[in-house]
Parts: sequence; structure tokens; C-alpha cells
Amino acid sequence: MIDTGATAFILICTAMVMLMTPGVGLFYGGLVRRKNFISMLALAFIAFALVSIQWVVFGYSLAFGTDINGLIGGLEYAFLEGVGMEGDGIPDLLFMAFQMVFAGLTLAIVTSGVAERIKISSFVVFGLLWTTLVYDPLAHWAWGGGWAAQFGALDFAGGTVVHISSGFSALALALVIGKRLGFGSHGMEPNNIPMVLLGGALLWFGWFGFNAGSALTADGLAANAFVATNIAAAAGALAWLCAAWIRGRPGSVGIISGAIAGLVAITPAAGFVTPMAAIPIGAAAGLVCYGALLFRVHRGLDESLDAWAIHGMGGIFGALATGVFAAAAIGGVDGLLYGNPGQFLIQLADVAVVVAYSFGATYVIAKIIDAVMGLRVTEEEEYVGLDIAQHGESVRV
Amino acid sequence: MKMVTAVIRPEMFDVVRAALEVEGINGMTVSEVMGRGAQKGIALRFRGKTMPVELIPKVKIEMVVQDADVEKVIRTVRANGRTGKPGDGRIFVLPVESICRVRTDLDDPADP
Repeated sequence: MIDTGATAFILICTAMVMLMTPGVGLFYGGLVRRKNFISMLALAFIAFALVSIQWVVFGYSLAFGTDINGLIGGLEYAFLEGVGMEGDGIPDLLFMAFQMVFAGLTLAIVTSGVAERIKISSFVVFGLLWTTLVYDPLAHWAWGGGWAAQFGALDFAGGTVVHISSGFSALALALVIGKRLGFGSHGMEPNNIPMVLLGGALLWFGWFGFNAGSALTADGLAANAFVATNIAAAAGALAWLCAAWIRGRPGSVGIISGAIAGLVAITPAAGFVTPMAAIPIGAAAGLVCYGALLFRVHRGLDESLDAWAIHGMGGIFGALATGVFAAAAIGGVDGLLYGNPGQFLIQLADVAVVVAYSFGATYVIAKIIDAVMGLRVTEEEEYVGLDIAQHGESVRV
Repeated sequence: MKMVTAVIRPEMFDVVRAALEVEGINGMTVSEVMGRGAQKGIALRFRGKTMPVELIPKVKIEMVVQDADVEKVIRTVRANGRTGKPGDGRIFVLPVESICRVRTDLDDPADP
């Protein structure tokens, strides 16, 4: 039976989440050097277009088809066979589309690891393999009836599926492709900070659809997720602001990075914790992710735009915090704080598997593509910048 | 007095600026410019086709210095702005007739 209110709400949420993908593009585009601005935006659009087609052809079915040994879905929904206008509350087609925008966004976040140096042709092949071999199984495990769901792991809107997977995949990809030319010696300051803030604002806005929409209906749980989302973002922004201020100046890029850290951490928890729990979750996430960024810089890792520090580490923290702060009154499950330490251990095990799988599988995929067709542009193309080298376009003529 | 204009790679600017400061050269006017040398830019190759990139971003540093400092400035820019590959840039030296300060009514040829 279709609920028209829920359907209207999820239609809007789906469109809001779609806007997060170009939001990531603007965010990343502003953070790189001007000669690669168009490249970062283009990679986000390519990710969205590629995954949109993969998803309707077989990706959705792999994620949400009938469970095979807890690992992957069957192919009965391939080419949207049997996915129609009817459904439970919302049309099956709409559920498919809502999940599709998540998958597209996740691949866009992964581009952080290869900023300013990836060949488009290799990215297209990588994106297709990655979304099929990494994203689709993870979505199945958490939401499609796979082992994590059977095990009782909580992931409301994608802390493991979207954030841990994209963050650790970006790190694996960065290790395979290598550092940017001149990393550590040349200045690589962001070319356009207002654009970073605009991209961040679109992410914050879209995240309401991302988390509230994950209730899959327009009810109190959606409202809880919506409010918790905003609280965590605000707490994360303020925590990062203070941490950066103590060490020097409260840069605006840090403030929006802190907000995203809070948003990442509340994602798995939004439908399981009270709105007030979002304050410690968001604030601690801001500090954890800031610390991860400093660690990344200290180690000289060129995971260029910090998907690992913010999405990967923020995702781990959020998934564990879900096991701590979950309250039965909100989502039906108690966490450590309410006398159920078992939930924390389940979250811990889920996180460990997702980290290992997303990092390991991505590393192998990237190594194979690098050996077969090369992941990286030539030195000369990297020097000129990917806007001109890959697209024949530039921000300034 | 001489005007020394150095056109260098943008990524080398911070190093060059810091080295000039060590040598006591603080005053400079800096612009982001586009340019090319005798190679007419860079030719990128895609599957047998070539795509010319005719203008490459550069940074132009203009410094007015005493005649005695010209060699030092050239040496510092060369030592710190060099990668050894085509595209490292050029240094031009021009005579300067006079300097007028905007803040005061004095013309101050002795102190660029």
C-alpha cells in the first residue's frame, strides 16, 4: 500500500541527496589547485552518472536482491525486473532511486584519494569495479539482509556502507596511485575557499535528506534523525573550530570539515540515539577527525582531500558511538550506555570487517587497474593540470 | 637602480620568496601571469594526437634593487627556482630612472 505522504517525502529526500554529489565536487574542487578544479567537479558527475546506470542494470539487485549466504544479493531485480510503482509505503522504484543516490555519492567521495592525478579512463573502469565489488556487497550486508544485518549491527544511514568504505577506499587508492608531484615541497593551497564552503553547505543540506530519509517514511523517527543530524553537524563544526583555534587560527575550511565530521559520525546513529546524544557524538567526531588529519599530514600520506580522516575515521567513530549511545526508546535497541555492552561489540566487529574489506578489496582493484591500464596521468599532464590535460577546459582562459 | 623581473614556476614561488628574504630582498610586486617560451608551451600527446597547451601559468616577481644587488638577486632566483626542465622561466633586468614614494612628497632614489 503506497503512503503518499511518505512517497512525497522520500522523493524530495532523494533529490536532496543527489545534490550532495556535485556538492562533493565543489567541496573538493575548491580544495585543489585551480588547474584541477573542473577535474574534481567532473569526477563527481562521472561517478554519479556511472553508478546511476550500474545501479539500475545490476547494482541494485546485488545489494537488495534475495540474500545469498549473507554476502550478496541475487540478480532477480537486474534491469529493474519486478521493481515497480507498488511497494510497502513507498514505491519500490523510489526505494531503488533513494539507494542509488547514496551509491553515486559514495564513489564521488572516493575521488579524494586520487585528486589531481587520475586518468579519467581508469577512473571509469575503477568506479564500475569498485561500486560492484565493494559498495554493493557492503550495502547488502547492512541493509539488504546480509550478515551484518543478521548479526544485529546498526547502521541507520550508512556509516559503514558510505563513510568507512569511501574513506578507507580513498586511502587504499592513494597508496596505490602515489603522491602528487611536489607533494610536501610545492604549495598546494586551496584555490577557492568560498566554493569549498558552498560545497560543504550543499552537503549539510543534503544530509537532512540522507539521514531523515533513511527512516523511509515521514514520521517521528525521521524527525529525530533530522534534528540529531543538525545538532551533530553544529557540534562538530564548533569542536573543530576550537581545536584549530588553539593550534593557530580557526580557518573556515576547518569549520566546515568539522561539520562534515559531525554529519558522518551521526549518520549510522541518527535513528538510534536521542537528539541530545548528538552533541557528544558530533563534538568528539570533530576532534577525532581533526586528529586523524594531523596524523595523515604528519605521516606524509597524500590522501589528498581527507576522505580517510573525515569519512573513514569519522565513520568508525560514529559506528562505535552508535553502539554506545543507542536508546531503545528511539530505535528499539539499547547501547552500552543503557546497559547493553553486547551492542558495542557487535558494532566493533562490523567496523573491523568493513575496514578490512573496503581497504583490501580497493587496494587489489586499484593494483590490477594500475598494472593493466595505468591509474595515473603522465608527469607532464599532471603538471599542466587535469582540467586542460583531461578535459581541454580551464577555469580561466 | 635596476628593476629585476623574474618569471618563474608558480610552485617554486614560496621557496624563492623565502630565499630572497634571507638575502635581505623584501620589497616585491607579484602577479600571476600566463606565458610561454621558445617551445611554444607544452604538447600533450593522446593516442598519437598532440594537443598543444600554449600558455602556462607563471608567477612574475618584480623587484627594484640597487645595482650592486642585481647579481645577488639573479643568483638567488636561479638557485631556488630551478628544476632543470624547460619552463623554469626568465629573469629580465631593466634600468630604473627614479622612484617616487606615494606616502610622502619625497623622491627617494637611494632607497628602493
